[in-house]
Amino acid sequence: MTARERVTGTVANYVDERTGAAKWMKKNLTKVFPDHWSFLLGEVALYSFVILLLSGTFLTFWYDPSQREVLYQGAYEPLKGLHMSAAYSSTLHISFEVRGGLLMRQIHHWAALIFMAAIVVHLMRVYFTGAFRKPREFNWIIGVGLLTLGIVEGFLGYSLPDDLLSGTGIRIAEAIIQALPVVGSYLAYFAFGGAFPGEAFIPRIFTVHVLLLPGIFLALITVHLMLVWYQKHTQWPGPGRTEKNVVGYPLMPAYMAKAGGFFFIVFGVTAFLGAVASINPIWLYGPYNPGQISAGSQPDWYMGWLDGLVRMSPPLESHFLGHTVSWNILIPGLIVPGILFTGLALYPFIESWITGDKREHHLLDRPRNVPNRTALGAMSLTFMLVALINGGNDIIATNFHLAINQVMWFSRIGIILLPPIAFVVTKRICLSLQRADRELVLHGRETGRLLMLPHGEFVEVHEPISPELAWKLTAHEQAPALALEDVDARGVRRAGGLKNKLRKRISQANAESISKPTLNDLKEIEHH
Amino acid sequence: MSNEIEAIKDPGLPAHVHRKSDTDPIAEKRAERQVAILFLISAFGTVLFIYSYYFIAKDIFVFFPVLGNTNAQQLFLGLGLAIALFFIGAAAIHWAKTLMPDEEVIAMRHTLRSEDEDRDALVATVKERAGAAGLGRRSLIKRSMGLSLGLIGLSPLVLLRDLGPLPKDDLTKTSWMAGTRLVTDPGDRPIRPEDLEVGAVAQVLPKLRPDQERTLNDIGKDAVLLIRIRPEEFQLSAERLSWTHEGIIAFSKICSHMGCAVALYEQSTKHLLCPCHQSTFDVPRAAKVIFGPAARPLPQLAITVDAEGYLVAQKPFTEPVGPSFWERSI
Amino acid sequence: MRKISKLRHSAFASPLLLVIALFAIGTTFSVASATDKTQLSVDQRSAQIAEGKQIFLKGCSSCHGLNLEGSSIAPSLIGVGAASVDFQVGTGRMPVADLSQQIARKKPVYNAEQTAALAAYVASTAPGPAIPGESSLNYERDGNTAEGGTLFRTNCAMCHNFAGQGGALSQGKYAPTLMGVEPKYIYEALITGPQSMPVFSDKTVTPAEKLSIIKWIKAAETEPQLGGAALGRVGPVTEGLLVWTLGLGLLIGVAVWLATKAR
Repeated sequence: MTARERVTGTVANYVDERTGAAKWMKKNLTKVFPDHWSFLLGEVALYSFVILLLSGTFLTFWYDPSQREVLYQGAYEPLKGLHMSAAYSSTLHISFEVRGGLLMRQIHHWAALIFMAAIVVHLMRVYFTGAFRKPREFNWIIGVGLLTLGIVEGFLGYSLPDDLLSGTGIRIAEAIIQALPVVGSYLAYFAFGGAFPGEAFIPRIFTVHVLLLPGIFLALITVHLMLVWYQKHTQWPGPGRTEKNVVGYPLMPAYMAKAGGFFFIVFGVTAFLGAVASINPIWLYGPYNPGQISAGSQPDWYMGWLDGLVRMSPPLESHFLGHTVSWNILIPGLIVPGILFTGLALYPFIESWITGDKREHHLLDRPRNVPNRTALGAMSLTFMLVALINGGNDIIATNFHLAINQVMWFSRIGIILLPPIAFVVTKRICLSLQRADRELVLHGRETGRLLMLPHGEFVEVHEPISPELAWKLTAHEQAPALALEDVDARGVRRAGGLKNKLRKRISQANAESISKPTLNDLKEIEHH
Repeated sequence: MSNEIEAIKDPGLPAHVHRKSDTDPIAEKRAERQVAILFLISAFGTVLFIYSYYFIAKDIFVFFPVLGNTNAQQLFLGLGLAIALFFIGAAAIHWAKTLMPDEEVIAMRHTLRSEDEDRDALVATVKERAGAAGLGRRSLIKRSMGLSLGLIGLSPLVLLRDLGPLPKDDLTKTSWMAGTRLVTDPGDRPIRPEDLEVGAVAQVLPKLRPDQERTLNDIGKDAVLLIRIRPEEFQLSAERLSWTHEGIIAFSKICSHMGCAVALYEQSTKHLLCPCHQSTFDVPRAAKVIFGPAARPLPQLAITVDAEGYLVAQKPFTEPVGPSFWERSI
Repeated sequence: MRKISKLRHSAFASPLLLVIALFAIGTTFSVASATDKTQLSVDQRSAQIAEGKQIFLKGCSSCHGLNLEGSSIAPSLIGVGAASVDFQVGTGRMPVADLSQQIARKKPVYNAEQTAALAAYVASTAPGPAIPGESSLNYERDGNTAEGGTLFRTNCAMCHNFAGQGGALSQGKYAPTLMGVEPKYIYEALITGPQSMPVFSDKTVTPAEKLSIIKWIKAAETEPQLGGAALGRVGPVTEGLLVWTLGLGLLIGVAVWLATKAR
């Protein structure tokens, strides 16, 4: 035994005698993880969260979460001698006098944008591959929760410097709170400690941003990961992969090295952005003043769709019995997002209601094989994209020589028309791809070589595909539509008539697909 | 041919394909060297990072294409850190890909559902022990427990009452009173009508009392925009016309939609545009909304001149300024 | 008697009469409409105004009217002042051929001398804002950058954006970028309110305050890109675009490399 082995042995013994760690370490170090690049998107989000914690902690050592008025005498000349809040002044101090301060500010903000982008892309992957199905519904709901909280956390974070742009955002948030019926003005005065802007809001959101929400994030992310660990990761269909196994690489050493290495990659890319690309130049925005505003004021991208919805809203307000209800704020700001996110959270249950499928699923769907789900996803993304575009309508107008009025009308009409068009187009594309797969299995790959037959006809030589590829293209299940009869075996009308009718109709649409080829089909072709 | 549909079969895991570094010792050594080089690049990055922190002065600027004239310390600090981190990752991944075992392993999934006997045992245990606690049959305990737990849940809500004052009528009041002088923002200079040309705008605030300090809260309600057009261009009711003075009209600058500052005045069209959500207001028609999500015109401040010829407010705003709220009755 | 009669009936009589008449009308008009200017001599001044009038009649009167009264497609120029002309013509905005879009800055048609002549002519018809002289444009000496920033954010940023990059107005109009604009033109725009821009009167934004604004704009223009590539200085829109293209692109690229089997 070498010296190193002896020392390691002593330490391991010490720990194991006190914790019994050897047993679960043995089990988990050999745990198998399937390997695909699309499984790394969630990791980007996870690592971005760690980067946010690290860079954020650095910033808290210098940031002063106070709206108390100070006179700036720091290094940035164009603001010298001005009165501003301590929050803004301390952020200037971090940017210009603390070495590495601006870098860390920028890394923190870029990491936040990447965090949200990664969550969205990860959500898209999970959605389009059906990884939210049983047993992973809880994880899906936790994920939607993380998305929602992430939007709030980001908003609060970039509002902390108290600059003109983010202060404008807070003004708008206050207007949303104030617009709530019955309780709005009270909640607004409680949140702000009085009238807007007051001096209480930034210190309070500092606590939420630095303590409460990160704590909730840590808890939710831990449960999210534990569920993935315990339930084991899903895998793409392919040769040797079944619903009952996991095919991949063991945690130690390959997966650890790759996953661990990827953390450094994400951190490195974020640091690179922090080094070369300016983000949130608060010194140019100036300190917040409610009498000032900049042309082209937008929130960060993950809230851009909310801004776009508010911009395109018709000017609806009700006045009755001495009261006002601002539908032009409530509908785009709260009601529509509420419906969207509730629908998103409940989607696994909605889909299982449509398909009647209550089994566990560990094999992923290829999106083309579930045309309705894929088309619904494309429709939702189109909706969000039109809203997002409208959020930047003035920047688009200036840069592409359009009128903001034109872009606004495009968005108002587009948000109604384009999503259903996207649904139909996507579904048709999925069915075409299914047809192409069927062709490939039955007739093989086109080689591009032409052959002249004895009687003069030219044919293209097709090469049969490998059994592995044939399996991959036909491994999916094609469940028939739900057999929901309006009357049961004894001729008695079933209860819940309308709900069942709706379910049956959607189930039928959902089951529409190109039947996958079977061995029978292949044999038939051979006889030609 | 049978009538039964026969699905295409799973050929099983394909045979493992060895990498070059598995079979060829030269390739293996090369891969090792590559990993080592990647780690060394990372080390260089860290050195650059430390050097930049201590030895590059804060006021040096370097030019790079695309980046422009940028701060040297910030750039090299960031690049050093980025290189240091990225290449550790690249090295680890390359090591795993080329040298670590890459044979695909199969593990079986375990059934998530517990065994029936475990479930039955759990049910039995809970039933027995809950029965022993007796919550089901001891309704006096159940009810009193419910009362105490329910009540204590209210206590945090009670504690939060002092978060802020009740709004009362604060949302309806501004600093503008009858006779309040209009002063420039910034500068606090009073304004005469002849100071404004036709087509001019001015950012104004109410003149402070001698003992008063202006806060951002005040600006958030008091900010007013003064615009001068030709008097014949107004399309106002007689009452609203009487709130103007020689073609000068005053509006609250706080948008009636969500509170952004509406100060973008287009002289050619006489429209006011709010940059936040593009609500557009027509000045000659008392800031009537002609586009965008705002539902109400901007409140108009009635102005006139005082004895010394300076512009003053005739009276306070006749409606609350800023975004709507439940109690807003106009 | 016969000599004069001979002259009257000669071939040169009519053209000579015409020249005399023109000269008489011209001189009478110049004398009648002359204003006192001290930079040039009276002669030079009236020559400049005359030149300006010629240029005006040829290049501007078709839209702005023979007597600067304006028309359905162009505003009246009575009282706009030399500053307006210097701004519009000097930045090439005027003369304009395409009225379907917002009138934009372009290569000037007239040179400095012609522009000055036009300005003098227009100013000679009615009083208006004058071209600021060199001494009144010394923003380095007379302006305060920090104060200028506050003034800019209160009066200018809502159209021209927080960094003077320009912004959208309604119906396809826009406030142009202020980067690279000469201080004289910024000053003239402030006092004349060109196109959609309002006028910023000297009593509400004093000349010293105007110079502070110019000083701040120049400071923002020459400021190095603190923090790296500025991404257009338009805020979160371009930042979000960069994340979704370069940021995610790099990361997904590495992810694909990571999961690809080595050869």
